[in-house]
Amino acid sequence: MVDIIDIVNVGLLAAALRMATPLVYASLGGLFSERAGVVNIGLEGMMSIGAFFGVLTTFYISNPWLGVLVGVLAGGLIGLVHAIVTVKFAGNQVVSGTGINLFALGFTAYMSQTIWGSRGASQSVQGLGTITIPLLRDVPVIGNALDTLFSQTPLVYIMFLVVVISYIVLLKTPWGLRIRAVGEHPAAADTAGINVYRTKYLCLILSGMLAGLGGVFLSLGQLNLFVLGMTGGRGFIALAAMILGGWKPFGALGASLFFGLAYALQMRLQSIGLLPAQIVLAIPYILTVVVLAGFVRKRVPPSDYKPYSKE
Amino acid sequence: MTNEDSAHTIRSRIVAVVSQVIAVGIAFLVGAIVLLATGHSPIAAYGAVLSGAFGDLYAVGQTLTQATPIIFTAIAFLFSFKAGLFNIGGEGQLLIGGFLAAFVGISFTGLPIYIHLPLALLAGAAGGALWGFIPAILKAKLDAHEVITTMMLSYVALYVTSYMVNFPFKAPGWVAQTVPIAPSAELPRVLHSTQLSGSIFLGLIVVALAAYVLQRTTLGYEIRAIGLNSAAARSNGINIQRGMILSLVISGAIAGLGGAGEILGVHHRYIDGFSPGYGWDGLAVALIGGLNPFGTVLAAILVGALRSGGLVMNRVTGVPLDIVYILQALVVLFAAAPHAIRYLSNKGVAITRVLEWLLAKMRAALERVKHIGRRSDA
Amino acid sequence: MLGENGAGKTVLMNILYGMYRPDQGRIFVYGKETKIDSSAAAIKLGIGMVHQHFMLVPSLTVAENIVLGREPTKHRCLLDVGRIENHIKALSDRYKLGVDPKTVAHDLPVGLQQRVEILKALFRGAEILILDEPTSVLTPQEVESLFGAIRTLRQQGKSVIFISHKLKEVCKICDRITVLKRGKVVGTVDSDKTNSDELAEMMVGRELVSAFEKEHLAPGETVLQVEGLSAFNDRKMLALKHVAFEVRGFEILGLAGVEGNGQTELVEVLTGLRKAKTGEISLDGTLITAASPHDRIQKGLANVPEDRQKDGLILDFSVQENLILGQHDISPFATHWSTLNLREISDYARDLIQEYSIKTQNRNTVARYLSGGTQQRVVVAREFSRKPKFIIACQPTRGLDVGATEYVRRKLVEMRDHGCAILLISADLDEILALSDRIAVIYEGRIVAIRERAGTNELDLGLLMTGGKCDQ
Repeated sequence: MVDIIDIVNVGLLAAALRMATPLVYASLGGLFSERAGVVNIGLEGMMSIGAFFGVLTTFYISNPWLGVLVGVLAGGLIGLVHAIVTVKFAGNQVVSGTGINLFALGFTAYMSQTIWGSRGASQSVQGLGTITIPLLRDVPVIGNALDTLFSQTPLVYIMFLVVVISYIVLLKTPWGLRIRAVGEHPAAADTAGINVYRTKYLCLILSGMLAGLGGVFLSLGQLNLFVLGMTGGRGFIALAAMILGGWKPFGALGASLFFGLAYALQMRLQSIGLLPAQIVLAIPYILTVVVLAGFVRKRVPPSDYKPYSKE
Repeated sequence: MTNEDSAHTIRSRIVAVVSQVIAVGIAFLVGAIVLLATGHSPIAAYGAVLSGAFGDLYAVGQTLTQATPIIFTAIAFLFSFKAGLFNIGGEGQLLIGGFLAAFVGISFTGLPIYIHLPLALLAGAAGGALWGFIPAILKAKLDAHEVITTMMLSYVALYVTSYMVNFPFKAPGWVAQTVPIAPSAELPRVLHSTQLSGSIFLGLIVVALAAYVLQRTTLGYEIRAIGLNSAAARSNGINIQRGMILSLVISGAIAGLGGAGEILGVHHRYIDGFSPGYGWDGLAVALIGGLNPFGTVLAAILVGALRSGGLVMNRVTGVPLDIVYILQALVVLFAAAPHAIRYLSNKGVAITRVLEWLLAKMRAALERVKHIGRRSDA
Repeated sequence: MLGENGAGKTVLMNILYGMYRPDQGRIFVYGKETKIDSSAAAIKLGIGMVHQHFMLVPSLTVAENIVLGREPTKHRCLLDVGRIENHIKALSDRYKLGVDPKTVAHDLPVGLQQRVEILKALFRGAEILILDEPTSVLTPQEVESLFGAIRTLRQQGKSVIFISHKLKEVCKICDRITVLKRGKVVGTVDSDKTNSDELAEMMVGRELVSAFEKEHLAPGETVLQVEGLSAFNDRKMLALKHVAFEVRGFEILGLAGVEGNGQTELVEVLTGLRKAKTGEISLDGTLITAASPHDRIQKGLANVPEDRQKDGLILDFSVQENLILGQHDISPFATHWSTLNLREISDYARDLIQEYSIKTQNRNTVARYLSGGTQQRVVVAREFSRKPKFIIACQPTRGLDVGATEYVRRKLVEMRDHGCAILLISADLDEILALSDRIAVIYEGRIVAIRERAGTNELDLGLLMTGGKCDQ
């Protein structure tokens, strides 16, 4: 007999936070890209590349934080590719993103096989470890709960910081103002003296870096190794979270937490064995479809995503 | 048509084809660099692919077998693309179609082949159509991104079919597969000792039908209008919702039919994971083929060759099969940005001009040397 | 800077503002030769531009729009919102522009949007202001108001380049006038030493014919009847308020009004793209209020849309394919099995190309490569040759050169002469006055007047277009 407390408890919330983190990073990435007027379907591929290079670096250099750095930079590089195709050559944004996803799949599988002799998974590497926030245990009544909730890998705490910084940058600084102008009305931004192309490039590179960070979280922050296809569609779910969150950083955080909770529940249900594994695994994807069906109409995108060209 | 215009159209068609070929060429070049960087010989690898794909009759048969489901998924993507929609869930639609075909193939006995087989194929198409209908209606009525919904449903299809074949419909034994289908539901083999089945003819028929529908029917006209300018289409009386829904439903049905063909023609039972990603190949193939039904067939054969030749390459040279995915991805990226080819070819033109100049200089120098030689002979 | 559509005025100004690059020639600013290769460079030189199509980011406030690109900050990185707003308010007061910095751009009426654009240029220290066709979206009264602002700017020592094709305005507000024709400067004159005829001749090379030749015909039966029509716009505000009018056969009803007063919504409701909240529409006696766009076309409605490239044509379709748009699914172009009858379609296309003198190499040319005038001919050919009962023509000559404009107007009158009922919606008062038999005025979603053409003049219409009363 399964007690409800076995499913809904602080452990669940802690898991939800963990599952939400890569979605937050990726959806922030998607956010900056779309705010600047470019659709980024390639988040999935950028996450994979970040996850892969994070593990690859750590495998050779044994420093997971360096792995994080390289993973982030690799993601940024892919973002640059997307920028070149969609901004410089005004290419179809969805096709480009799909190409990136295909590339990431093939490339990571190929390299995985070449380096570790196994197409499916790498060897284990040193992970980032967990940090528990001290003193929380001493808080009366909920101390133990807080302690469990905040025993996370450092990238989770950094995630909150990144959300706050994103919010400030996007809505309270000149750069954010310019990004929003470039996405919504590039001609107006251009006549105001803003370099539209450069802004889009930078936002796409940032988008790739954030997605890469989300990917690194999956590999170095959780499993300590790379598994082919470990992103499992999260790049797309992050897009749904971005839309649900109204293209705003705190909205993306909230939406990602919602999906994170769904993932956490799914894992619980799987371990209990109430429903067959495959059905449970499908839950996050069905949920995404439902969310999109229910909320898209109410959300106005920040751009028409048409490529900008000066005469 | 005036002469000038036919010349212009032919010229632009040739340019388009040449661009695609150049894109494929560049992809192979980059692939060669990757191979070299990881310690493999591109010549050995590509050579193995070539001989593995076309070396003998068996190889050609296997190439065409691999190409067949890709033809379906490519046309499926193309059909939705013409309406401006991105159906990237072809993989899931293929799986659902394959399973439902197997279901019909297993569940009925005693039916003559000319009833059972079409019924099974129809079931496959219907399954794919359903899997296309869900994102279609969500897009039409609720504006939900079909890119995300088709992708998500692909995952759902993966899990649902996996569940089906691991639990209710599992045949005894270790392998996650169903019992075989009744012989009356099998698509006959076409080439002895290969796996090539009648499915390829079905695929070619689908290609011809798709081309006909798009260019010669009012539905095709409307779908193309919606894809090119939905505002003008709407203003002039075209029902946008109906067009979008039909295009996604037909797209899904085609992919589902491809899955059915695979199951009924090659495997004769549903096997978990029977598709190594035919849906994704379809996407790349549609783009490589220039989003044109007939180019798609050629591109499908190319990718089919890469797949079957790739298996041989992997066996013989140890190069991971995934180089094929890398090549495909590169071509897709080029397909996204057709101007890139022109840009690179402009650079290429500059390089060719330099080479030409060099060549001319060398030829002139050679002439002078010969001339001197002749003078000294006289 | 005076010139017709297509004379090169906008291109010239875009070069000055760094948006286009010249192939030849030199530019001197304050005596120094310079190259202007970006808007930033132009701004640095003190050149500011107010575009014909406003460059305001809809979701940003007035203040944010104005400081975009030059944002004052506190602590080096945060937007100093308070300081921005005070500064804008001060500027607005100094030049008597009356703009509230806190308003969000998409809530501003057109006249105020223009003020914001002017403020934008002033904020960047523009000493030379370029105004590109500033009055095309203003009522006569708003034009006066703008002239007042321009005079203030001149008093404060600024230089103003006023680009227009409207003789009367240029004569009124400008000190000197340079006339541009087909990309060449024809001459520069002092405004007080010239007159409209001389300017017209310089501009067009011939005497401007102000009256349009058309017969006076007795109107026929009522073809289109609209009663009590109300509708919401995209922002859920009432854009049409109990609109009622009728258009009769053998008649052109001109609908005058400043853009944004409900015309777009009216066209959408009439063509079936927008549902009305209340009211009835009948065409030739049949109620079509709930009919689909497709049915309305079958029942004899034709539409020459405002934006031919967005709503009228499918640019990537061939001329032939565009010519059957809207009729592609009925006989004789479609068979019983819903396949296209290519033979019929190509014959039809060939006939239309000849009849309407559509300048194209052949019927398979892609529409994208046609000139604006030719594209409009395709739309007109398609719509008019269906022998419709009722035609909506919305800004039908916008962006067309003189020849194309005359052609379209002549064709409209021709259709009227054959018995068609025509609703002409135009922001060009000259066009309304030239073509209409009766004139209606729309203001804030209401029809505020319907009167005969005879005895109505520009000033009356101007008053009505802004909601004023007019004595008759």
